[in-house]
Amino acid sequence: MTEVTEELVYQRPESLTQVHTHYCPGCTHGTAHRLVGEVLDELNVRGRTIGIAPVGCSVLAYYYFDVDFAEAAHGRAPAMATGMKRTHPDKVIFTYQGDGDLAAIGTGEIVHAAGRGENITVIFINNAIYGMTGGQMAPTTLEDQKTSSSPLGRDVSIAGYPLRMCELLATLDGAAYISRQSLHDVRHIRRAKKAILTAFKTQMAGLGFSMVELLSTCSTNWKMDPVESLEWLRDNMIPYFPLGDFKVAEAVKEL
Amino acid sequence: MARELWKGNEALAEAAVRAGVVAYFGYPITPQTELLEYLSLRMVRLGRTFLQAESELAAINMVYGVACTGVRVMTSSSSPGISLMQEGLSYIAASEVPVVLVDIMRGGPGLGNIQPSQGDYFQVTRSCGHGDFRPLVLAPATVQEGVDLVYEAFDLAEKYRTVVIVVADGNIGQMMEPAEMPPMRDISTEQPDWALVGADGRSHRIITSLFLSAEKLETLNLRLQAKVQRVRENEVRYREHRAEDADILMVGFGTMGRIAQTAADMARQKGIRAGVFRPVSLFPFPSAALETRSHQARRILVVEMSAGQMLEDVRLAVGKDYPVEFYGRMGGVIPLPDEVFDAVEKIHAEMCHD
Amino acid sequence: MHQSIVVSGFGGQGALFAGQLLTYAAMDIGRQVTWIPSYGPEMRGGVARCTVIISDEEIGSPIVRNPDVVIVLNNPSMEKFREELKTGGVLVVNSSMINLPAERQDIRVFNIPGNDIARGMGDVRMTNMVLMGGMLAANPVVPLAAVEQALRDHLPERRKHLVEPNIQVLRRGYREVANY
Repeated sequence: MTEVTEELVYQRPESLTQVHTHYCPGCTHGTAHRLVGEVLDELNVRGRTIGIAPVGCSVLAYYYFDVDFAEAAHGRAPAMATGMKRTHPDKVIFTYQGDGDLAAIGTGEIVHAAGRGENITVIFINNAIYGMTGGQMAPTTLEDQKTSSSPLGRDVSIAGYPLRMCELLATLDGAAYISRQSLHDVRHIRRAKKAILTAFKTQMAGLGFSMVELLSTCSTNWKMDPVESLEWLRDNMIPYFPLGDFKVAEAVKEL
Repeated sequence: MARELWKGNEALAEAAVRAGVVAYFGYPITPQTELLEYLSLRMVRLGRTFLQAESELAAINMVYGVACTGVRVMTSSSSPGISLMQEGLSYIAASEVPVVLVDIMRGGPGLGNIQPSQGDYFQVTRSCGHGDFRPLVLAPATVQEGVDLVYEAFDLAEKYRTVVIVVADGNIGQMMEPAEMPPMRDISTEQPDWALVGADGRSHRIITSLFLSAEKLETLNLRLQAKVQRVRENEVRYREHRAEDADILMVGFGTMGRIAQTAADMARQKGIRAGVFRPVSLFPFPSAALETRSHQARRILVVEMSAGQMLEDVRLAVGKDYPVEFYGRMGGVIPLPDEVFDAVEKIHAEMCHD
Repeated sequence: MHQSIVVSGFGGQGALFAGQLLTYAAMDIGRQVTWIPSYGPEMRGGVARCTVIISDEEIGSPIVRNPDVVIVLNNPSMEKFREELKTGGVLVVNSSMINLPAERQDIRVFNIPGNDIARGMGDVRMTNMVLMGGMLAANPVVPLAAVEQALRDHLPERRKHLVEPNIQVLRRGYREVANY
């Protein structure tokens, strides 16, 4: 009889709860949650972290993270985070926001939080569509992309152009670390985790505003199967939303 | 502590400091701005948090964030700014976190003007945001009363885990009167058992206003209503001036209560028995006390710097058969004592005629 | 005792400060007081006026239609308050700046060349104190000494050097009316 030894190579991060999520099959929110959970574990900050959930598909994110969590009004998470961090500089504060939340209704809050150099971390999920309300056009919906409120495709002469938030926020002096990553394959997911780690380290070192934009999929509202979605992201979103670091303050490089 | 001459807005700010406010977030708007300006130096010198937000919308959400962590926090604004804060106020009410808000009312609707007004009565007592909730609303008439109410507002906000609004018209914000400041309180280090402070050694806490199941949201609403009931039972406040034998009872809050007081004295000199009932808590409205007092009076005259908003609460209190008259001015025009006296005299003439 | 006093002029003429000083003086001798400005969007050059109420009793309305006493520093203020002043009231006029007549027989009028006196004593910005001194002689609502003490007690530290000159000007205004 041979002796069987087991080695644990993969488990749920302590910063996540043991529940089923409500996310659709093929959605990359689960991946993004896990990456954040792993980073919080690795930094050993679960016990002093406060998260802020948005309005959007990830509105229930507070059930999936085993960290203290508040639910913000649509777009206002950076304002709530500002209040929390200003009064509790020893805590680790992060917001988790979608593209409608951050780049449409909450543009004022995100721009000013970044401009002030609020020492918070923002996880920005860009899937180019409004998921929770059923697939309407988002501020990041691509030109000619069909949605339930742009059924003929986004006509930029009417609806204007998609917003590139990383490029926009990177121009602000208060922003210390701004990076766009993608969740469409394993290689990119690893890079995304590294960026998330850098973002939280930036906050913990008190260096200023940090944000990681994660290009994500929405199989349901894109009306594609999960694999097609990943390919569509790669082929359509990345050309318009190029990946990489858009702002790395000198002090962040030394982390 | 000696009496000092204080500008209303600055006195309210200092009262908040002494009550142990840890953080203030606000946006400049006349006639409230001195409150923000005062705290911009005072809070920083005390090592507390002051931040000028990019909008009232951001300010109330910064307040919301801090309130979730269980420390004393406030904002202030004037009428149009309060309108902008309504979203946050509704979320705060549903989340049951304590917040203090000061509203120094100006003329409306729209951009209106910067003159004193009481046109926010509905806004603060009724339509403070979507959904079923009622903030506790306190209306001072003097700088001293404003100081005392702001000082107490933080305790009330924590006691009921609710929004407490101290509402005053621009007069009270801009005027100077002697006031005695309450003692400086230590910042509380106690952490409420609902506060978000990091889940060290325990599972996570959640503060949310989202309840997808109708039954669960109804449960929250029932709890909010029970809270409203406790507030109604315990927090009624009002003042009277020569009301005990008044035939004509004027009802006015804030500055209008004071103007009515002068008008009542003018009427008494002419042999007209007039008095004043001044609600201090606008919510809960002192309905029972007013109803009791109305039995002894013969007429009620409601005076407001609005088209007659509190008037509805007075009518609800005394019933549709009671003779209730109204005198008000709008747009930032302040009804002067002689105008109010004329209205009293007219009612008196009608009563004699009857 | 219950008296309403208005001080009115252009922004920068010190109307609001003069009113505050009177309010401090009355408070410090134990009276009930209110001070309320009329406020507008202008920062400079607009109308600046305040209403002070001094009383032995609790003060009801902090504003009045017809004040008991008015100090007018400029023509627009004269135009407004010569009409609004109460019958039997006191009108203290800065005659250096005002050429409009009082046009009423039922009030007491005191013309004082405030700017000229203040300029002669070193600083035209003390015009408000000349008129305040004159008002106290015409209408001793609080003793002159109480206003002098209020200057000593309530002027901020960085303005302490202005206490003595202001007291001198205040007294000069007082004498101007006492010898009227």
